[in-house]
Amino acid sequence: MATITQSRFTPKKGLPWGNPIVYLIALVLIGLMLGPVIYLILGGFRDNSQITVSPAGLPHPWRLGNYTGILQSGVFWRQVGNSTMVALGTTVGVVVIGVMASYVLARYRFRGRGAMYALFAAGLMFPATVAITPLYILVKNLGLVDTLPGVILPQIGFGLPTTIIILVPFLRAIPREIEEAAAIDGCSRLGFFWRMVLRLSVPGLITVGILAFLASWNSYLLPLFLLNNQDTFTLPLGVQAFSSQYSTDTAKVLAFTSLSMLPALLFFSVFERRIVGGLTGAVKG
Amino acid sequence: MQAPPPVRPRRRGIGWAQRAEIAVLSGPAVLTFLTFVIFPVVLAGYYGFYKWKGYGVPTNFVGLQNYKTILQDSSFHDALLHNGMIVVLSLLIQGPIALGFALMLNQKIRGRSLIRLLIFVPFVISEVIVGTGWSLLLQVSGAVNGILDAIGLGSWKQDWLANPKLAIWTLMVILTWKYIGFAVILFMAGMQNIPEELAEAAAVDGASYWQIQRRITVPLLAPTIRIWGFLSIIGALQLFDLVYIIWGQYVASTAGTSTMVTYMVVEGRNAANYGYGNAVAVVLFVISMIIALVYQRFVLRRDTEGALTDGR
Repeated sequence: MATITQSRFTPKKGLPWGNPIVYLIALVLIGLMLGPVIYLILGGFRDNSQITVSPAGLPHPWRLGNYTGILQSGVFWRQVGNSTMVALGTTVGVVVIGVMASYVLARYRFRGRGAMYALFAAGLMFPATVAITPLYILVKNLGLVDTLPGVILPQIGFGLPTTIIILVPFLRAIPREIEEAAAIDGCSRLGFFWRMVLRLSVPGLITVGILAFLASWNSYLLPLFLLNNQDTFTLPLGVQAFSSQYSTDTAKVLAFTSLSMLPALLFFSVFERRIVGGLTGAVKG
Repeated sequence: MQAPPPVRPRRRGIGWAQRAEIAVLSGPAVLTFLTFVIFPVVLAGYYGFYKWKGYGVPTNFVGLQNYKTILQDSSFHDALLHNGMIVVLSLLIQGPIALGFALMLNQKIRGRSLIRLLIFVPFVISEVIVGTGWSLLLQVSGAVNGILDAIGLGSWKQDWLANPKLAIWTLMVILTWKYIGFAVILFMAGMQNIPEELAEAAAVDGASYWQIQRRITVPLLAPTIRIWGFLSIIGALQLFDLVYIIWGQYVASTAGTSTMVTYMVVEGRNAANYGYGNAVAVVLFVISMIIALVYQRFVLRRDTEGALTDGR
């Protein structure tokens, strides 16, 4: 499966329109997937009496107050900042040390390789939930409670198993012939790693990077235990705090949840294109 | 990016230079993992033998008492049963739907990147938001019942969240909605690795679209599907956030949606029985481990054998 395919013989034509039934199915699916999200966003434009009278109705009249109120509050932006820093720190950490370890597991022969892989694979069976109490004590002893690194470091640890499980087959699929050709040209294994592997594995790195970013952005339990100071709250904690503070004000809660999912959606829609580019560009080059 | 190291002749066998490379490359990951994952988990195992309220050093050693209590508690049996249902139903429901999505999106049709983007939306949204949103949609006076009323199906209205006969299916719908995007991502990445020439050659030989999918795409996707199955099973065993946010700590067990982890948080942390909670964590781990080992032994063997033993 791991051959380098040459697609230069396939003629490039414009995309056909295809079967209309496919579009019909796609339309229904998209409706089902987006319906609840659209409900949240529209709900934020209504007020509570509208929601009580007609739970499934459209905004009438449209109210902007819920959104503008939140956008003008410093709390929301501070939580966006915290979430961004935690997610970026986690992603960079997981991808950098994850691809290094995956390279060793995929392309070196040494005693203990099986054990090392099994160790990381076993990590899939520990959600942070399982170890949350001891983890809290550990982070407290390191003096990192209520700090963002206190969340980032455990998240890197818990993100490694998925990253490694996905990257190892990816790195193994890089054909032996490329490595041998590089060796003939005088490239060491490390040189091969820096010059070839990283470039060839870009699609895999983007995939694990996105997964790590989203997992961190959406993470709830770890920050819940490790961040008690409101100033360090990430967005999910913010949503929880906000919805209990305004539990009777459904419209406001809907607006807050809508706004807090926007950054992740924007991030994903930007990088989703990169995945496609990476997948078609990397090995096929 | 770091400068490439100086060129030197390639070594065979495992010399000190290679050992150093292995240590430098894998060291940071191993160290982080041991400190922040393995060490706390081992500690959880240790606390599980104590009756411990969470203050200071645990001193009240109770041996296997916590484990006896867990295995005899019918709420834990319920949670285990729910987890089992969620594992099986997730595979049976999400697998085929995701495969259909991925096949559809793998076709070269107009607008597929937009369709793909939109299908991933629920996967990108956090559990807290999904939970908050769906509880508002599904409450008795919520939008789902409102729509049923509006289209004349008022008799279908239900208490989707509290009715114990329905709640687990409601949960399955939400889980499918939320996590299908992950399966589709994996399947589509797997499909990118299948050489187009195979399908093209088959088409030249007169194979229909469905024949190509059945005989070429799906079989070659099998390793990806098996990996997804593994991740899905583990995820289902450890389900927590969504159930806890939608059903809360009291309702999950009466609605029939409690899981082992919600049981652990409710009986352990919320009741301040930290020793007991850690013992539940150990039981959960052992169950996950057994299922994972069986799965790896019988299902993933073909994939991991290549990865770990032949050193290709």
